[in-house]
Amino acid sequence: MTKTTAGALCALLTAFSLAPAAQAEIRLGASISATGPAAFLGDPEAKTLELLVEELNAKGGIDGEKIKLVLYDDGGDPNKARTFATRLIEDDEVVAIIGGTTTGASMSILAVAEDAEVPFISLAGAIEIIKPVRPFVFKTPHTDRMACQKIFEDMQKRGFTKIGMISGTDGFGASMQAQCKDVVGDYGIEIVSDETYNPTDADMTAQLTKIRNASGVQAVLNPGFGQGPSIVTRNYRQLAIDLPLYQSHGVASNGFIELAGAQAAEGVRLPGTALLVADLLAEEDPQREVVVAYRDAFEEKTKTPVGTFGGYAHDAFLIFTDAVARAGSTEPGDIRDAIEATAGLAGTTGIYNFSAEDHLGLDLSAFRMLEIKNGAWTLVE
Amino acid sequence: MKMTPKLATLLILAALVLLAPFLFPSNFYYRVGALIFVNSIAVTGIVILTGYAGQISLGHAGFAGIGAYACALAPAHFGIHPALAVVLGAAISALLAWLVGRPILRLKGYYLGVATLGLGILISMMLNNERQLTRGPDGIEVPELGLRALLKGWGLDLTNGQFWYYFCGLCMILGAWLALNLHNSPSGRALRALHGSEVAARTVGVDVARMKLQAFVISAVYASVSGSLLALQNKFITPDVAGFMHSIEMVTMAVLGGVGSVLGAIFGAAILTLLPQVLTVFAEYEQLVLGLVMMLVMIFLREGLLPSILRKLRRKGE
Repeated sequence: MTKTTAGALCALLTAFSLAPAAQAEIRLGASISATGPAAFLGDPEAKTLELLVEELNAKGGIDGEKIKLVLYDDGGDPNKARTFATRLIEDDEVVAIIGGTTTGASMSILAVAEDAEVPFISLAGAIEIIKPVRPFVFKTPHTDRMACQKIFEDMQKRGFTKIGMISGTDGFGASMQAQCKDVVGDYGIEIVSDETYNPTDADMTAQLTKIRNASGVQAVLNPGFGQGPSIVTRNYRQLAIDLPLYQSHGVASNGFIELAGAQAAEGVRLPGTALLVADLLAEEDPQREVVVAYRDAFEEKTKTPVGTFGGYAHDAFLIFTDAVARAGSTEPGDIRDAIEATAGLAGTTGIYNFSAEDHLGLDLSAFRMLEIKNGAWTLVE
Repeated sequence: MKMTPKLATLLILAALVLLAPFLFPSNFYYRVGALIFVNSIAVTGIVILTGYAGQISLGHAGFAGIGAYACALAPAHFGIHPALAVVLGAAISALLAWLVGRPILRLKGYYLGVATLGLGILISMMLNNERQLTRGPDGIEVPELGLRALLKGWGLDLTNGQFWYYFCGLCMILGAWLALNLHNSPSGRALRALHGSEVAARTVGVDVARMKLQAFVISAVYASVSGSLLALQNKFITPDVAGFMHSIEMVTMAVLGGVGSVLGAIFGAAILTLLPQVLTVFAEYEQLVLGLVMMLVMIFLREGLLPSILRKLRRKGE
């Protein structure tokens, strides 16, 4: 009995060990939530990485060295993400990791990457990932705090001082709600009504009515993603509230306009990236070239509209390849140093300038204030 | 010394823990091994509850969540050592299991399944929504256990992966030993008797409600410790650990391997922990393969994989 069981287990243990590949290529690892609850973020990210690696290798790679992408799907489970990160480093021997679609997954991966001293570029939003600064951890998406600041800046310009807020209770909505409340004072704005809804709620008229009846409300802000903001927008029009409505960068995609309906979404403002308004960018805009190229390639390959989230993966890959080319080396430590020295690199999300103190590398200019007019995005300047 | 089934099981487990590293092609496999052991601990608890006492819980991940968050929160808020937090988590889990189980286990039938389903979802919702305390769905850091540094001071220098592999392996063997002792004790016999027939067990003097409650509390402690070890190992925990799918996973592992035997259930835990690593190539079909394996086992190998295979082999040998 002993022998059989032991034999069976040993066979299982060895069954999935992959043959080590040749080292004449640059091995890039990725753990992304291509399935599971965060798939709407992870799926375009995974497709983007595959697309870009294919594109670069067709052009001959970096200095003649091709890139081998090892991509795992962690399903949004932080425990799996940690296991895959360990596998990428110990088994696949990658020189850098891109991924961590959700904040939880990123926080799990970063501990492994820090220990092994392998650079990790996260695709998740939370500020905790890069604060405090960890030597080997970088990230590409702007934080929700910056989205709040961009929105309040616009409100300030329009002279609003009293606003209502209606937030989702999911991770994104709740985190942004907290960040917004934290910075709102800097802009001389007061939140006079603060409501929440559950991400699965089908009607928000009660909360919106309460906000409308709060005294002196001049505008309404809705931090949230998924279907919630679309329902808020539709209810908002049904109640005929004629105050300006602000959404977050969480719904900066064409899917939002479709879900809410062009009529209801008319006049909604939100902070988005250059990717959504590729055609409206000025000729001399430094982001124009990269944004248009990525959009065309992505839409050609996947036949689906490009979105902000795929753009995060695009930028992570861009930062990685740029760093490898500048470092002229594939040692993880050299790549890290080169990433930290990145300056003026135009991505789809913004222009990246990393430093020893700043591993996000974006400022508020990365956000463009967008307004929906006749079912399409327009730039507010 | 006579080779009892108990001794045989423990020896097999110890041999596997010690010998497997010789086959590891890279350090990554220590991580997979440690995960198998952590899951095995939870699954051993399921064996006591489901295999011995015949009760079903669909919310055991909730207890794992309590164990995990005890390790994250207790050191931060009360300043106690993470190792003590494991004990605290286990105590809270036991108390909660006792409170919930006491009224329900007086009833016959599947009430425990429904009640634990609700309990698991409640705990998961609490971890997600009590943001001030748990920091919500984004998760929270867990402090270092510190045992590895201590061992280093004694001259035993292990990598992080190796340390957790051997430490969790030791905990798993300890858990299996306790479960096997229970199996052979008067309590264990009483549990197995009431599994066969509650009425018959009652007529021979078994306090059925009390015994069922005992099994439920013990298995909750197992789940809690497994959650604690996972949290300490990952040094970061999110509410996913208490999610409904995790509860189902625990039951599936036990049933797949053979819920009546500790070794079988651990075998099931090993397979289901390895499977996602083997199936990375078609990750999208992982659930499909899992479901199919489960259905086939239920139809053709009803005692679970290991007991059925062993029986076949024994028959061939005769």
